[in-house]
Amino acid sequence: MEKSTWSTKTGLAQMLKGGVIMDVVTPEQARIAESAGAVAVMALERVPADIRAQGGVARMSDPELIQSIIESVTIPVMAKARIGHFVEAQILQALGVDYIDESEVLTPADDEHHIDKHAFRVPFVCGCRNLGEALRRITEGAAMIRTKGEAGTGNVVEAVRHARSVYGEIRRLQSMDRNELYTAAKQLQAPFELVQQVAEMGRLPVVNFAAGGIATPADAALMMQIGVDGVFVGSGIFKSGDPERRARAIVEATTHYNNPELLAEISKDLGEPMVGIEISTIPAEQLLASRGW
Amino acid sequence: MTQTVGILSLQGDFAEHEAMLRRIGVATRQVRLPEDLTGVDRLIMPGGESTTIGKLLHRYDLLRPIQQRSAEGMPLWGTCAGAILLARTIQDGVPDQPALHLMDITVRRNGYGRQTDSFEADLALPMLGAPPLRGIFIRAPVIVAADPHVEILADLGAHGGIVAARQGTMLATTFHPELTPDDRLHRYFLEF
Repeated sequence: MEKSTWSTKTGLAQMLKGGVIMDVVTPEQARIAESAGAVAVMALERVPADIRAQGGVARMSDPELIQSIIESVTIPVMAKARIGHFVEAQILQALGVDYIDESEVLTPADDEHHIDKHAFRVPFVCGCRNLGEALRRITEGAAMIRTKGEAGTGNVVEAVRHARSVYGEIRRLQSMDRNELYTAAKQLQAPFELVQQVAEMGRLPVVNFAAGGIATPADAALMMQIGVDGVFVGSGIFKSGDPERRARAIVEATTHYNNPELLAEISKDLGEPMVGIEISTIPAEQLLASRGW
Repeated sequence: MTQTVGILSLQGDFAEHEAMLRRIGVATRQVRLPEDLTGVDRLIMPGGESTTIGKLLHRYDLLRPIQQRSAEGMPLWGTCAGAILLARTIQDGVPDQPALHLMDITVRRNGYGRQTDSFEADLALPMLGAPPLRGIFIRAPVIVAADPHVEILADLGAHGGIVAARQGTMLATTFHPELTPDDRLHRYFLEF
């Protein structure tokens, strides 16, 4: 019997496919998420919209809060560590979280190095804006990828940009011969073997979810049709007028993403969505997606 | 015999089952709504989150039609979450967790603990012969009890309990053959 193999790490992400992972800040919210049909919850002290509004350094959440959320639900619980903060990751692993998100939503702890994720028994998910970034994270041991989007904005435009970038670059690799792939690997700043594998398979070697700005059932279905395997919804649920209903609707839209008649029904009467932010009004130094490299 | 294998595609790793069956050369159909069951000869319920899949089965009125087709003899196979949905009794579930309750087994969710307790183990399944099948167990449930008429196909003993069982045309496995290149269990199910 072998524990925490690469197959069990990437495999949990495969089991989450077609599902919605929801940000929650209390055990009560975690139970609402589970009962709405979330496949997992992300345990946090503040959702990204509040981190953005309040400013300051955003760190790993209080272990006691994470523990209480773990105890309140039966579905997997994820938690965030700062980029490069391998001790926060060690603490999260000791707490028994099911996945660690090495996340740009928190303030980076190291401005040069990401965590060596192969050194952990618990699997990691990491953000990316493009294929090169995704492959660098996978090289470091990420067993799941999410496109970053721009967290806490309720604006899906960056999530779309990042997903289109990843899938567009994969399609470009598929058209290349071997001579061109060597150069592509250099440009992507990723190992040749991984680039070659992506070109052959026509997809990332791990599951890829969308994150950052998904606020409506239609947003979730849009990301699914673009090609992601599932969605993270952060501020979009518990910053809306009727979280329970919206959570359920986003779950159903992620399943029936290709059925516009059902999406029309699912999208009805959900109350107020979270108030969004136009990306161009955010000062460059406050954009979260540019954290990590 | 041409047949179409339905794959419950509400959530989870249904695409992995689909890819396996395509490699074998069998026609498949994704099942999300009751009408998708028409023309389906057998049904696979994939791994995923059993609470999520159960709720969607309930909300989209799939529980009764699947129970009915099963009573009429349609073979059913549940892997991991799918095995939970098949069990008559679910331990450590959420209150009122919707499920099919078709097989006379008791399943305990997250039977081995959390994700860091997920594991791989070689499984000797008598009907498959040698070599052993590589079992991948991810936050896996465990079959803690089975009625006498249920055939136990694989038992990890003190280290893991019952991990595969068959009752007539129903098959429950707590691991994921669809995550391996080994198609023997899929071929076995196709003969039901």
